[in-house]
This record gives sequence, structure tokens and C-alpha cells, in this order.
Amino acid sequence: MADTVLKLGKYEFKSRLFVGTGKYETLDLMKEALEASGSEVVTVAVRRANVGCKPGESLLDYIDQKKYTILPNTAGCYSADEAVRTARLAREMGISDLIKLEVLGDKDTLLPDPVDTLKATEILVKDGFTVLVYTSDDPIMAKRLEDAGATSVMPAGAPIGSGQGILNPNNIRIILETLSVPVIVDAGVGTASDVTAAMELGCVGVLLNTGIAGAKDPVQMARAMKLACESGRLAYLSGRIPKKLYANASSPLKDF
Amino acid sequence: MQITVNGENREYSTGTSLSELLKSIDIDERYVAVELNRKIVPRTQFNEKLLAENDTLEIVTFVGGG
Repeated sequence: MADTVLKLGKYEFKSRLFVGTGKYETLDLMKEALEASGSEVVTVAVRRANVGCKPGESLLDYIDQKKYTILPNTAGCYSADEAVRTARLAREMGISDLIKLEVLGDKDTLLPDPVDTLKATEILVKDGFTVLVYTSDDPIMAKRLEDAGATSVMPAGAPIGSGQGILNPNNIRIILETLSVPVIVDAGVGTASDVTAAMELGCVGVLLNTGIAGAKDPVQMARAMKLACESGRLAYLSGRIPKKLYANASSPLKDF
Repeated sequence: MQITVNGENREYSTGTSLSELLKSIDIDERYVAVELNRKIVPRTQFNEKLLAENDTLEIVTFVGGG
């Protein structure tokens, strides 16, 4: 089965790996890692501009917008109101109407606040945004977000930045069976096999940041994640064999 | 006149435009979005938008994030 492009609303991508731009030691290193990841979508955050000191280089100087689609996030927002405000400011930057909606409930766990996430999704969808929404791996919540008009629902594999991988693959499977919008695993990915696992389940993509930026060699890890994403996707499309309890010989069992 | 810029009080002369204020604090207009008293100012209005006493500006930009 040949692969198709990934469609998210009016946007189309060949790469299924989405990468963040946070936590890199230098912008040069970030640029190199983005390149190695083969990603076409990069996430950015919205923050107060530095006032009163000489401006440093802008993050945007390091992201070639002919090559990458910028996906602003609402990270750090703890209410629907804050997230909606942040999303509108991000759109005003004039780059796109894409938003990675993230409404957090708690500073230690960084788990999403389901009530405000739903509220913000409804408002932003009505306001014309292409909403990719971060949520927990709760299948019911995921369905509610789809019903609210999210373009993509993005369950966490594990808490943000925790690197624990896909903690509850069964929930992700149920989400994949229940939803018709594209499902992207967002957060919790620690290493290449986590990306492969998500893609083998049938997720259309994986979004990660710390797994690459926090690695000892981020550029090499970016390449590993790229290959893992492609591997998992190919395995999913190829249709794996079912798991069986007993052996099934690969060589003919007949005598000479 | 007093203008609050990203939480800091600053002094500007009457009739300062948003564009002039941004220039005075070394901000590249291409890379920011601006709220004036909690309302977004479209980029196309930066030049003509004149600031008034006690205005509050929030100037944001993109930074690294996941």
C-alpha cells in the first residue's frame, strides 16, 4: 500500500514527524537538528518580546519558511481565555492560522485541563483556526475534541518532556478506532522506538521536542527519529502479522 | 505620557506612534504581534496608531517551544 500525503485541513505534508524548537543550546544546533529530522512542521511558542535590551537574533531567522510550516503553540496557558488570546496573537504574526492548542491544568504534571481545552477548541474553531489540539490519551475526551471541530487530535504518549514513551497504547488504539480526524501523538516520546510504536499503531504523525533537543547528540537523534517515523509508518501500511501463542516455522517442515 | 510596555512603565512624548515606540526599543516589526489595551493591533496599523496616556502594550514574538 503506497503512502499518501498527510492532510491537515488545507495543509499537506510528506513528513509525518513534527518537531519543536525549544531547549536547544544554540539556534545553529536547532537548525541542524531540524534539517536532520526531515520535518516540514516546526512548533514555536509565543512570549513577550525583550524590551530595552539590544535584540538578539530572532528564532525566525533560523527557520526557512519555504521549507518549514510554523506551528505556533499555546504552551504555558492555564485557561481557555489565555490560550485563545495567545492563539490570536500568534495568528497576528501573519504566518498561518495553524495553532497547536495546549491548555494545561497543573505546573508539575503539565497535564491538559480537559474542560478548558474543549472550551478553547470550540472558540478557536469558530474563529477560523486550524486547531491541532493536545490532550490526554482519554478516548472520550479525544472524541469530544473531534466533535468540537479540531482538525487533529493529539494525545500525549506520556507527560510532556518525560520521555516515558507510549504509556497506554490501548487508549491510543481506541482513539484511533473512534476518531476520523488525523491522530498525532504529541509529547512523552523519549527515543526512536517510541516514535515507531506510535506510527505502527496507526497514528498519522508524531510531534516531539525534548526527545531530540535533550539528547546528547541532538542532530543524530533527529535523524534516528526521522528513520523511526518512516519505519513505523511503513510497518503500519504493510500490515503486520498477528501475534500468536505458538511457533510457526519459517522453513518447510517436510523431510528431504 | 506614561505607557506600560510589557509590564514596564515608560515615558513617551505625546503623539508617539506605535511604530515609533517599537523602533525606540529596537523591536523589528516583522517579528512581533502587538496588543494595545488587550486588543490586537493589525500590523498594517502600526504606523498610524497613536498612543495615549496610560496605554498598555503587550508585544510578543515567537521563541523556541514544543
